[in-house]
Amino acid sequence: MDLTELLEIGEKERQRQGGIRIRVCVAAGCLSANAQAVKQSLESAVAEAGLAESVQVSGVGCLGLCSGGPLVAVDPDNILYEKVTPADAPSIVAALTGGGPATAKQADFNHPFFTKQVPIVLENSGKIDPERIEDYIAANGYQPLYHALREMKPTEVVDAVIKSGLRGRGGAGYPTGLKWALVAKVKSERKFIVCNADEGDPGAFMDRSVLESDPHRVLEGMAIAAYAVGADQGFIYVRGEYPLAISRLQTAIRQARKLDLLGSQIFESPFHFRVDLRIGAGAFVCGEETALMGSIEGKRGTPRPRPPYPAEHGLWGFPTLINNVETFANIPAIIRNGSEWFAKIGTEKSKGTKVFALAGKIKNTGLIEVPMGTPLRTIIEEMGGGVPDGGAVKAVQTGGPSGGCIPASALDTPVDYESLAGLGSIMGSGGMIVMDQQNNMVDVAHFFMEFCMDESCGKCVPCRAGTAQIHHLLAKVREGRATAKDLDTLDHLCTMVKQTSLCGLGQSAPNPVLSTLRYFRPEYEAFLAKPEPPSETA
Amino acid sequence: MEPTTATAAKTPADGHGLSKALASDNRLKTLAATMKRHQYQPDALIEVLHTAQELFGYLDLELLVYIAHGLKLPPSRVYGVATFYHFFSLKPKGKHTCVVCMGTACYVKGAATLVKTVEDYAKVRSGETRADGSMSLIQARCIGACGIAPAVVLDGTVVGGQTPESIVGHVKGWLENGSDRAA
Repeated sequence: MDLTELLEIGEKERQRQGGIRIRVCVAAGCLSANAQAVKQSLESAVAEAGLAESVQVSGVGCLGLCSGGPLVAVDPDNILYEKVTPADAPSIVAALTGGGPATAKQADFNHPFFTKQVPIVLENSGKIDPERIEDYIAANGYQPLYHALREMKPTEVVDAVIKSGLRGRGGAGYPTGLKWALVAKVKSERKFIVCNADEGDPGAFMDRSVLESDPHRVLEGMAIAAYAVGADQGFIYVRGEYPLAISRLQTAIRQARKLDLLGSQIFESPFHFRVDLRIGAGAFVCGEETALMGSIEGKRGTPRPRPPYPAEHGLWGFPTLINNVETFANIPAIIRNGSEWFAKIGTEKSKGTKVFALAGKIKNTGLIEVPMGTPLRTIIEEMGGGVPDGGAVKAVQTGGPSGGCIPASALDTPVDYESLAGLGSIMGSGGMIVMDQQNNMVDVAHFFMEFCMDESCGKCVPCRAGTAQIHHLLAKVREGRATAKDLDTLDHLCTMVKQTSLCGLGQSAPNPVLSTLRYFRPEYEAFLAKPEPPSETA
Repeated sequence: MEPTTATAAKTPADGHGLSKALASDNRLKTLAATMKRHQYQPDALIEVLHTAQELFGYLDLELLVYIAHGLKLPPSRVYGVATFYHFFSLKPKGKHTCVVCMGTACYVKGAATLVKTVEDYAKVRSGETRADGSMSLIQARCIGACGIAPAVVLDGTVVGGQTPESIVGHVKGWLENGSDRAA
């Protein structure tokens, strides 16, 4: 495979697609809303209308607006239909040739939900068929890998990532380029790349969507990373709960191997890279990097103290680079468009975009990608359409069980790593769950603590015993048996667990309790046995 | 450190007295082939457990011991890993499975009520299987279908936007008609 061949494949695919294209979302959300049947009836409607030559029906990745599923988009007119049923198919096809309006409801592509987005990670999502490598190549895929392998030195690739200002999208926000430089610097006979696709935060489905919609993008990002740091083997650790993402990754790896875009002497360079999948078995703690590596080695997923960091001592003791799905998905775009382009997007300290999963009590649920620094209010109210039935937003939960609840009064906060941390929450992987007046915050804190208690691996005492005690205290509050003193104990206990736990799970487990205590204390006090001091008005 | 001594293991469980039922089970051959494909590397334990559960539906103790011998691992380590991960089940599952997603998005939209409804209706506790083996009720952490919350997985099919009525409708079908498919 050389550049000419790559460009030829792309050109051939573009010609194949010329004319009218009907794109049916076949990501998990729409599939469970019957998208496969919709696709089949569209295919037969096209055949019946005798348009098989000029109209193509493709299954594509996530179109974003999950609440409107199944979604169907039509090119080149750029029409989006929502809640499509198989019965709508003939009229959608008839509308292509001026045969009257389609019976399906047309969604508004000019809604802020779409217009405020800046797609980088999701640029191909909903546009290409995730099961056809040709489609990814036609969208200029694998050209950045060629550029990196043949025209850049490994150090130049690392520099480009440093200059872009990209930070880890898994939650902690460590500068990606610095991590790469660390691994590149270490001398070792072997090095590994790991893609963390163990998206365990409940309420987060960005990584699932990226893997289901554009798997080659992640493989390409990993290959570029491997070249930059000098690794020859990669692993993708993906949740067992994501069967569709697993099968699409398997397909993508097979296709890339067949075209020699993975394997030995990629693009006729001396660079080798192979990628294997590792399927998780349902342990939240495995999102923590040292636990994840243990799991890849076939052991229990229990974290170990750092340092040594994986960059020096990772899988089987070799230097290992671990990044999240979304981080890798940013890489091809940075190499293609340059670090300056990327660094212009976002805020001073948080560059680029972030994908968020909007869910909970919000009208437009789904996936969005916005520049860092976009105010929460824009995301929730303008793009998400606010609470359905005109209710009021009470809080927004970000960062899953490691994050916190941000009160409605702080909705004007720009979304970046530092601002969210300042509010006692975290960026996390990008789940954003909207809560309204019906959701009691003590319940929510109790729910998250139950989660952390169950998921604690049991290795260190503060987390193992602390989460159980916090859970117990929260239950006491809910049952109306707690006193004001218990709330103080709760506060102390949370701080202790936060400061003394071994890994990120324990260190962040108290966040949902601390943030709700901070912003919604009256709700705790309303549960107290003897309401002392008398509850003040919020 | 040293490469696993795969050559020493002709068949992984030689001389370890398998019960007749298991020894004559064809699925065991597939499992043995999986271990061989991984060159009996202890690192492949989780992959092998995945395969075993796919084949047998659950992991009983005899199977775990068989795997331990195959991969040259202490049975305690295999048992430890199998019980650490939620995905692995050491008890047989019911004929039908109802998985209620308890992710945050589903929770704020009433997933806890769904669990309670099924528990009361089917007289089965969450995480357990009905005595007659007709169905299991399981809670999931998050299945990533937050866009269509609250979501439920009925025999492997994800359905979104569930209400207590709709979920009882599905479960009723299983318990009364023995219908095999989720509607």
